[in-house]
Amino acid sequence: MVTLPPYATTGQRIWFYAFRVICGLIFFFLIAPIVVIMPLSFNAENFFTFTPEMLSFDPDGYSLKHYRDFFGTSDWQQALRNSVSIAPVATLLSVSFGTLAAIGLSSEHVPFRRAIMAVLISPMIVPLIISAAGMYFFYSRIGLQGTYFGVVLAHAALGIPFVIITVTATLVGFDRSLTRASASLGADPVRTFFKVQMPLILPGVISGALFAFITSFDEVVVVLFVGSAGQKTLPWQMFIGLREQISPTILAVATMLVIISIALLTTVEILRRRSERLRGMSPG
Amino acid sequence: MLDQGATDAFVEFERVQKSYDGETLVVKDLNLSMPKGEFLTMLGPSGSGKTTCLMMLAGFETATHGEIKLDGKPINNIPPHKRGIGMVFQNYALFPHMTVAENLAFPLEVRGMGASEREGKVKRALDMVQMGAFGGRRPAQLSGGQQQRIALARALVFEPELVLMDEPLGALDKQLREHMQFEITRLAHDLGITTVYVTHDQTEALTMSDRVAVFDDGRIQQLAPPDELYEAPQNSFVAQFIGENNTLEGVVKELSGGIATIKLDGSEALIEAKAVNVEKAGDRTRVSIRPERVETNPDRLQDDAHTLDAEVLEFIYMGDIFRTRLKVAGNENFIVKTRNAPDVARMTPGQTVKIGWLPEDCRALDA
Repeated sequence: MVTLPPYATTGQRIWFYAFRVICGLIFFFLIAPIVVIMPLSFNAENFFTFTPEMLSFDPDGYSLKHYRDFFGTSDWQQALRNSVSIAPVATLLSVSFGTLAAIGLSSEHVPFRRAIMAVLISPMIVPLIISAAGMYFFYSRIGLQGTYFGVVLAHAALGIPFVIITVTATLVGFDRSLTRASASLGADPVRTFFKVQMPLILPGVISGALFAFITSFDEVVVVLFVGSAGQKTLPWQMFIGLREQISPTILAVATMLVIISIALLTTVEILRRRSERLRGMSPG
Repeated sequence: MLDQGATDAFVEFERVQKSYDGETLVVKDLNLSMPKGEFLTMLGPSGSGKTTCLMMLAGFETATHGEIKLDGKPINNIPPHKRGIGMVFQNYALFPHMTVAENLAFPLEVRGMGASEREGKVKRALDMVQMGAFGGRRPAQLSGGQQQRIALARALVFEPELVLMDEPLGALDKQLREHMQFEITRLAHDLGITTVYVTHDQTEALTMSDRVAVFDDGRIQQLAPPDELYEAPQNSFVAQFIGENNTLEGVVKELSGGIATIKLDGSEALIEAKAVNVEKAGDRTRVSIRPERVETNPDRLQDDAHTLDAEVLEFIYMGDIFRTRLKVAGNENFIVKTRNAPDVARMTPGQTVKIGWLPEDCRALDA
């Protein structure tokens, strides 16, 4: 805990406290909208506001009806199934291609590395609506529009930049002489990749995978363009829920998604720390 | 050790050239032949091409021209992992995610060796470098010297016939370095391994090697045993690079019977030197004399020896020796080392003395 030194001037004292207030406000601004939906999702009424019963903590003001609605409606269940079947496959593709691309682009003899890198991470920079429209026209031509595989590919393309960036960052700290050492000890390039390089860049790969997964799981614009009714994902269903039904069920879904996200982040962070300890970077 | 017959050459470089950009040659026309069991050091300043040569031998770089042979067979088209050459890297390159024992077992596992046999070999290798108790540690938990030993053990555990070492002791402190120098040479000789060792530290090269290849400008300037390198340098680069050396520049006046008579720049005096790298009278030359071969006592010189007048600039008492800096024929950095003996006079700055040497201790080299 930082404390004020005894020689602090009045100005420094004021700034010391003002700084903490500002930080608190920023934190509040970021967290409040997410926190507020959690109690609202237990609303007994079909409203998006706190009812008087809720505010007086009357148990009758709370219910699980929106959760029941989510688990009982085939639309929501289909959306959940779609999301769960699209995101992992898209993540797998992003991680495989992104990791290979990052490794390739970090070796010095590849020509036009910067240009290639810029193209690969462009989906992150180009406005989503433009990527989505472009993908729509392109995928229609080659018969991928409105197919499961089309959505998976589109999401994989969106996830690749995250994987490339996180893996490239880990590769900066990767000692190239390790792959040479492995070769000198008789290991062929494939073995070297799986036994030496992969375990060491794993923290970056895991972080990238998490980002790619969340990207696919959260994504609504591209799936609206590239997907058809058969690929309606959770965010798409939430979007419809807001626009057409105005049902607090989406609050229940949102709450569950927040909890899943936190659980996922925690798990991944634990995994990442573990593998970082294994690669001998931090004292174990 | 000096037998260079083509039949028993274990490692051979034949007219090898290397260029990274297709324009400048980093290695120019390299020829080298090593018998089995030799400890050869490639010594040279950075950028002289020595590390590139090592990397070509290991297979991490390809020769632009020429052929590299191992045990009589060309290896240009064999990838590094099939060459079976052990290598110790400058930064050790231990796998940080594996324990010491796993690091050592890696090359054995790759070769499909069974678990029990592996264990025995790993244990023997660890004992060999006195690290038997450290098998379960991770590299990050070891000191630099310990990591160095493990790197050495890992390069030897699969019993390669050839081991390459790329400045393996560069990161260690002086005392540890000297100890490891001794240990590496002992292991190499005990196991009968052929070793190519790269360093820029000449003391290391002189104390460890059977032969030293001095690199400069992409060429081997001289390839000789340490004593020959120090006492009979073939050109002024080697004379200057190995050990301490005094250089005087001048012009050859006369050349007869392997002895050159030289008129020094900045002086009217004539001196005699062994003609090593001069062709005819009129050539410019650099004369090289080792500081300990300079004689300051005229009584000990031959009667007809040429002597020079020198002004004492600095006198340093170093215990076992005296180190005197003189001004000789315009050169203000002429160093003389004399043994601290009862009959040797201590010189004082400002004093003028006569110095001389035996013609065979003084070598006339290229300008």
